[in-house]
Amino acid sequence: MDYDNNWVLSVLTFAPLVGALVMMAIPRGDDAIHKAIALAVSGGLFLFGTFYLLTEFDFDNSGEMQFNYSTDWINVINSRYIVGIDGMALPLILLTLLVVPLCIIYSWDHFPEPHNPKAFLILILILETGMIGTFVAEDLILFFVFFEVVLLPMFFMIAVWGGPDRRYASLKFFLYTLFGSALMILAFLSLFFLAEGADGTALRTFDIQALTDWGGANLSRNAGLLIFGGMFMGFGIKVPMFPFHTWLPDAHTQAPTVGSVILAAVLLKLGTYGFIRIAIPILPEAAVEWAPWIGLLAVIGIIYGALGCLAQTDMKRLIAFSSVAHMGFVMLGISTLTTFGINAAVFGMVAHGLITGILFFVAGSIKDRYHTLEIKRLGGLLLQAPRMGWILGFATMASLGLPGLAGFWGEFPAILSAYQPANGVSTTLFRVYMVIAAVGTVLAAGYLLWLLQRTAFGTPSDEFVDDPHIHDATKFEYVAWAPMLILIVVLGVYPNFLFKTSDPAVEKSLHPCLIEDKADLTAADCPAVFDIEVAGG
Amino acid sequence: MDFAALPLDVLAFNRPAIDWHAVAPELVLLTFGALLTLLDVIYLERGRKLTSALAGIALLATMVPILTLAWDGADRTLFNGAYVVDDFALVMKAVFLLSGYVVVLLSTNYIAEGDYWENEYYSLLITSILGMVVMASARDLITIFVAFELLSIPSYMLATWKKRDLRSNEAGLKYYLMGVFASAIMLYGMSVLFGLSGETILTRVNSALSSDPLSGNALSSSTPIITMAIIFTIVGFAFKVSAFPFHNWAPDTYTGAPIPVTAFLAVASKIAGFVALVQLVYLGFYARADVFQPLMWILAVSSMTIGNLIALRQTDVVRLMAYSGVAQAGYILAPLAVAGPELEGDNTLSSIVAYLAIYAAMNLGVFAVILAAARKTRSTSVESMNGMFHYAPGLAVAMTVFLFALAGIPPLGGWFAKFEIFFAVIGAGGTWAVLLGVAIALNSVIALYYYAAIARRIWADDAPDGDLTPIRIPPSLNAALVLTVVTTLVFGFLPGAVSHFTDVTLLAGG
Repeated sequence: MDYDNNWVLSVLTFAPLVGALVMMAIPRGDDAIHKAIALAVSGGLFLFGTFYLLTEFDFDNSGEMQFNYSTDWINVINSRYIVGIDGMALPLILLTLLVVPLCIIYSWDHFPEPHNPKAFLILILILETGMIGTFVAEDLILFFVFFEVVLLPMFFMIAVWGGPDRRYASLKFFLYTLFGSALMILAFLSLFFLAEGADGTALRTFDIQALTDWGGANLSRNAGLLIFGGMFMGFGIKVPMFPFHTWLPDAHTQAPTVGSVILAAVLLKLGTYGFIRIAIPILPEAAVEWAPWIGLLAVIGIIYGALGCLAQTDMKRLIAFSSVAHMGFVMLGISTLTTFGINAAVFGMVAHGLITGILFFVAGSIKDRYHTLEIKRLGGLLLQAPRMGWILGFATMASLGLPGLAGFWGEFPAILSAYQPANGVSTTLFRVYMVIAAVGTVLAAGYLLWLLQRTAFGTPSDEFVDDPHIHDATKFEYVAWAPMLILIVVLGVYPNFLFKTSDPAVEKSLHPCLIEDKADLTAADCPAVFDIEVAGG
Repeated sequence: MDFAALPLDVLAFNRPAIDWHAVAPELVLLTFGALLTLLDVIYLERGRKLTSALAGIALLATMVPILTLAWDGADRTLFNGAYVVDDFALVMKAVFLLSGYVVVLLSTNYIAEGDYWENEYYSLLITSILGMVVMASARDLITIFVAFELLSIPSYMLATWKKRDLRSNEAGLKYYLMGVFASAIMLYGMSVLFGLSGETILTRVNSALSSDPLSGNALSSSTPIITMAIIFTIVGFAFKVSAFPFHNWAPDTYTGAPIPVTAFLAVASKIAGFVALVQLVYLGFYARADVFQPLMWILAVSSMTIGNLIALRQTDVVRLMAYSGVAQAGYILAPLAVAGPELEGDNTLSSIVAYLAIYAAMNLGVFAVILAAARKTRSTSVESMNGMFHYAPGLAVAMTVFLFALAGIPPLGGWFAKFEIFFAVIGAGGTWAVLLGVAIALNSVIALYYYAAIARRIWADDAPDGDLTPIRIPPSLNAALVLTVVTTLVFGFLPGAVSHFTDVTLLAGG
């Protein structure tokens, strides 16, 4: 590279924060100025960031960390400000850059009660800083700080702009996540103190890459399992995995539309990203022992989420439960510990972000028009607002994994990857999981089509049949939705763009004993937990 | 005793050499305190409006010798090691003076408008801070006790400052009775320590405790009596820092006392208790980690758990802060439960100092907001916080910053404080340390519930009676708010810049 490009990630991370600070300094009176600043910052960042990252990112070396920057931060604890991205982080950053301006456009002319666009937009920009920061952080403490930064804005977004039960939902969201991250930070600290190099010297570092290279060598089995458990709580609650998912339906149902979209599109991915960036690369041996349990919780999540969907009477709550099921597929892919499964997970994360994002957008628009999301009172959307009805239909098709749309490439390979999990993970068990997950897709088709049938088909109920407020999608809605709809098709038709970007990074993040063909490995190369000898013999 | 038999030089008083630079902060503070009293005697009522400004200047002026001492950098030992000026002492003195300054800012309008005795108020405040400044350097049992009483006695009186208010009288009396009770127990413990070691200088007490002074052989024979002495001594300070089960005075005293005094008790006075405790543990008892570690473990875990659980049920913000203070005391005690000579690369002391500094900023900030809000609502109930965002958005943002800083949410100051505690505890390793870490983690979650519940009232609820008249915040209170908000944020965003100052060691002295 001819010139330095290591500043770009810091700019992407902190520009929204600067925008938020500028907005704080401007008095509340003039909404137009605040909207303009927020859109200019996030939209400009999207255009600049997408262009710059796509042109400057070295796709031939997407397994390597790029745009690296490292400087002192907290010397006393040897924590550094290290940022960098590879092929796993890039798609998620682009997704974040895209979703935020779309959310601002969507809320342009109808901010949820109690209005106050200034505060609302400031929160969205702070959220953007936290989300991008988490994806670029390459130091555990820096990651932790950004991981937590998103909590406050989301808490306030739900607590102030949320639905009738917002007080309960916001606190539940906050408490659950903090519980997980408190255990996570203990795990990070234990890594710091327990990591020892081959010569017995303590590493004393929070650098994620350095810890990945260390890979849990010389760590006692129990310590490894406990540390992984701490991280599992932190990331698993965020995902959320069954049985820690109960905050999600409440948070989604009560959050304002934009809050739900950001929550579904990006915040949940912070958890899964933590698994593939931190937990599994740093502690591969503990991951092998945890994998059957993670896989089990993932398939329970798939089935439980689907059954939950079938029982819901509220459209937003239904979509929230479908998130539990979809994130179950992502976690199933991750728990196989194979490149195939984790690539599917990365794809699933992006696809779920786009598809569930659009579903929440449409649900929000239906709520604006009908002032209810109770499924049995809705109906006949295709008659009253045909274009919106078709968009809903399109999104449900994508969500149930129709081939040719993005959802398929997240779901199908994840199931497939369970056929042959990594070395050391029980193949029989994962084949059982595979069958269960496949049943889950059938259920998914069931609840999604049933949702579509009950809301979009049929005739409007008497109370809404002559309601003048019910109109088709507005121009703001089109602008906000079109990019997501287009991307769902593009990624569905040409998934390889994403796969080939993430694959080298995924491969690099996994311990060689996990992924290499057993015939090429000898028992001497790998710790016993990978079970090479039995299979090879 | 036959005095004639004593050698002459024992009877002749030899003034020990005094390093005047080292005691300059105390002298400056003392001079200003005397000046403040004189001002009242000479000018009577006409001097009243100057007193608060003069008290503020006194505290800032005392920062000057602190800075020159820090610039000089050399550790100084006076009076055979009874009085030491090292980087720990300087940092803590600065914390006392600056939090004292914020308390003066909080008091300015409150005391003037409440028609209280102003001059006496500030004189007592400065006397109490003088006691704290001495405490930061005190490295022997007697100096610690004198400093402890010097800072306590004025604060008993300050707590009753609302003379015609029954609750304020109750506050002061309760504080006083519990305080002298604790002092008595502490003094008994100290006398036993003296009896065991024959020394008052902490480091010599330490070496005496680590070997049996009478027979010179194994320690085991005197372990029970040493344990008793250590427990008794620690109890006195556990009272001051309001650790469970010595916290009973705190909620009543906090709610009854004038709010600026409450802030003073909750911050400066509590930090002074920790300073004494730290000096005792690290210099006096360090060799007997087997004795103080389990004690601190129990104190820490029970304080944080019980403080947090009771705080969940509070309906008054000041009372809630009292219980939250009990819980915070538990966090600060936690590193002491793992400190000891066996610990390599000991981070425990610097983690406590960092926590104390950040704690001062966050807590003073909360009380500043409570004070400002009470100017309008005339109440400190949690309902009085409702809808603050709608009529005082700046104040609401400030309170939010402080509450979540106390809860330890990044990137606000408190996260680094709590992180340092985790860092020290987990760094010690071992089952008990990890259990302690888990206890702190779980308690952070409990604590978030009540902090977030207040934040939710501020942002999401409607103001009582729909009253949206804005609050007029006087300039001194505004200054206090700005100071504390900025400090809290800087601690959070650039912990490295701050931990540089709090990464201190104790000079052994003597």
